Amino acid sequence: MARKILTEHINVPGIETFDVYRKQGGYTAVEKAIKTMTPEEVVEEAKKSGVRGRGGAGFPMGMKWGFLAKPEGVPRYLVCNADESEPGTFKDHHLMKSIPHLLIEGMIISSFALGANKSFIYVRGELMYVIRILEKAIAEAKAQGFLGKNILGSGYDLELVVQPGGGAYICGEETALLESLEGKRGNPRNKPPFPAVKGLYQSPTVVNNVESISNMPWIINNGGDAYAQIGIGRSTGTKLISASGHIQKPGVYEIELGVSVDEFLNSDEYCGGIRKGHYLKALVAGGSSVPILPANLITKTAAGEDRLMTYESLSDGGFATGTMLGSGGFIVFDETACIVRNTWNFSRFYHHESCGQCSPCREGTGWMEKVLHRIEHGHGSMHDIDLLVDISKKIEGNTICPLGDAAAWPVASAIRHFRDEFVWHITHPHEATQPGAVYMGEMVLG
Amino acid sequence: MTESPNLVAFTPERLETVKEIIARYPEGRQKSALLPVLHVAQEQWGWLSSEVMDYVAGILNIKPVEVYEVATFYTMYHLDPVGTHVIEYCRTGPCCLMGGEDVYGHLKKKLGIEAGETTADGKFTLKEVECLAACGWGPVFQIREQFYMNLTNEKVDQIIEDLSK
Repeated sequence: MARKILTEHINVPGIETFDVYRKQGGYTAVEKAIKTMTPEEVVEEAKKSGVRGRGGAGFPMGMKWGFLAKPEGVPRYLVCNADESEPGTFKDHHLMKSIPHLLIEGMIISSFALGANKSFIYVRGELMYVIRILEKAIAEAKAQGFLGKNILGSGYDLELVVQPGGGAYICGEETALLESLEGKRGNPRNKPPFPAVKGLYQSPTVVNNVESISNMPWIINNGGDAYAQIGIGRSTGTKLISASGHIQKPGVYEIELGVSVDEFLNSDEYCGGIRKGHYLKALVAGGSSVPILPANLITKTAAGEDRLMTYESLSDGGFATGTMLGSGGFIVFDETACIVRNTWNFSRFYHHESCGQCSPCREGTGWMEKVLHRIEHGHGSMHDIDLLVDISKKIEGNTICPLGDAAAWPVASAIRHFRDEFVWHITHPHEATQPGAVYMGEMVLG
Repeated sequence: MTESPNLVAFTPERLETVKEIIARYPEGRQKSALLPVLHVAQEQWGWLSSEVMDYVAGILNIKPVEVYEVATFYTMYHLDPVGTHVIEYCRTGPCCLMGGEDVYGHLKKKLGIEAGETTADGKFTLKEVECLAACGWGPVFQIREQFYMNLTNEKVDQIIEDLSK
C-alpha cells in the first residue's frame, strides 16, 4: 500500500469529531508549530516540501506564501479555496466531509505562518451540509483552545470563518473568489496587483486549495524534507485523485505522485480497470479543462515511455500529445462514450459559467457551444470543425482569467485527437443522431 | 410574495443568525455577509422576491442594486417562486457518462415537467445545474442540502414517492 498523508485516518469511525481526530495524533502539528516554531520556520518547511497548489494550477505553495506583502499595521488574510467546481473533481468535498479537522488544523498552522488572525474557508454553496460539518468542527476546536484568542497560551489569535458561495464555477478563480467573499459578483480581477499585495479588502492575501493546506499538519510533524522525498522530481508528496467515468471503482484515491497511469487505472488498489466487457477510449486526467487524451497516449507518452501520475509526465509532449495533472479530476471514457457529445457538454458548461466580463470568453464559449450543438445534432458542416479551432485560438490567452483557456482546451484537444469522429457526425448526420450512436473507426456502435 | 415590503421580515431566530453572520467580518465589511444572508432568506421564503432583496439590502446597509446584481449572478438563488422540493440535477459530463441523461429523462417523465418548471400541485420544481462535485457517485441530484447519488430510474421512483407522501 502506498503512503497516505491525507487519508491515513479517513476511515476511522468518528474521525469527524475532535476527540477521535485528536486520538489519532490530530492537532499535534498545531502544538509543535505554535509552541516551538516561528512563522518563518513554518513557511520554510512549506517551501522545502515542494508541495504545489492542488487546486489545479500546481504553483509551489511555499513560494506563494513567500510573496505575501507584510506592511506594518495592515491585516493579512488566508483564504482557503473550497469552491471545488471543476467537472470531474470531488476530492475536497470528500476530504472536508470525512475529516474536517485535518483542514482546520492545516488552516491554523498556515494562518500562523502567514500572520493572519482571521481566515476564511470559502466553500461552494451547494455543499451546505459540509459547511455545517466544518462549523461544528471549528466550534469543537475552539472549545479545546486551538482557535480563538491566545491559542495554547501563545498570544496568537485566530478566527476561522466558513463562507458559502452561491453557485458559480468562476469563484474557484482566486480573485473572483475574493470578490465573492466581499459580497459581489464573481468577476475575476485584473492582475497585478496580485492578491499577495492587494487581496481581500485590499489587504495582502494568500488563497490556497483545501488539499494543499491539508498537507501542512504532516509537513510540520515530519518535516518538509521528508515530504519532498515522496514523489518524483518536482512532483513531491501525494495527490488526491477524483476518479469517475467508466471504471470499476469510482472514488477518491490518494496516490504517491509518480505511480504510473497504468497502475492507477488498472490496479485493484485504485480504479480497478475499465468496467467489465469494455475498453479504454479516452481520458481526461485533470478535470474537464485539461486536454483529452486518446487511448494510445494514456499509459505511454508519444516517446513510448510509461506515463506517470506527475505534473511533468502528464504534460510530456505538450498539448500535441500530452495533457495536465490539473486538479486530479480523472474522467475515464470507454468505447461507448461519444467524444462530440461530451465536448458539447463541457462546452455548454463553460458557456454557462463564463462570468461575461471578457468578450472572447463571453461570446466565444457561446459560439463553441452552438457549433458543437449543431454538429452533435446532425446539422454541422465541414467548415464548422475549423471554425471551432479558430474560435478556441481566439479565446485562449485573451481573457483576464484562465476560464477562457479552460473552455478552449477541451474543444481544441477533442478535435486534435478525435477529428474523425467530428467528421463522421457531419457526413453521417442520420446515423450520428441515433440514440447512443458512437463512431468507432469503420464501425458504428449503437 | 404578495405581502407589502414592510411585512417582509426574518423570523426572530433567523434574525439572530443573520446578526451572527454579519459579526464575522471586519468593521465596515458587512457586505461580505450578502451571500450567506441570501441563503438564509431563501431558506425562509423559498425564493428571493425583490421585496426580500430590498429587505436584505436594508439589513446590510447596502443599495438594493448591490443585492440584485449578486442574486442574479449566482445560480443557487431562485428569482421566481419554486415548489416545495427543488430537484437540482447535475447535467455535466461525468454524470452524463454514467447514464444521467436517461435517468433525468425518466425523472422529467415521472413528474411531467421539464427543467425550469414546477408541477401543477406545487410540490416539485426541476432545475438543471452544473457539476455538483460528486462525479464519482453520479448521476446525482440535490434536494436542498441532501445529495442523492448513483441514481437509477428505480431510485428516482422511490425518492419521488417518498417525497410525495
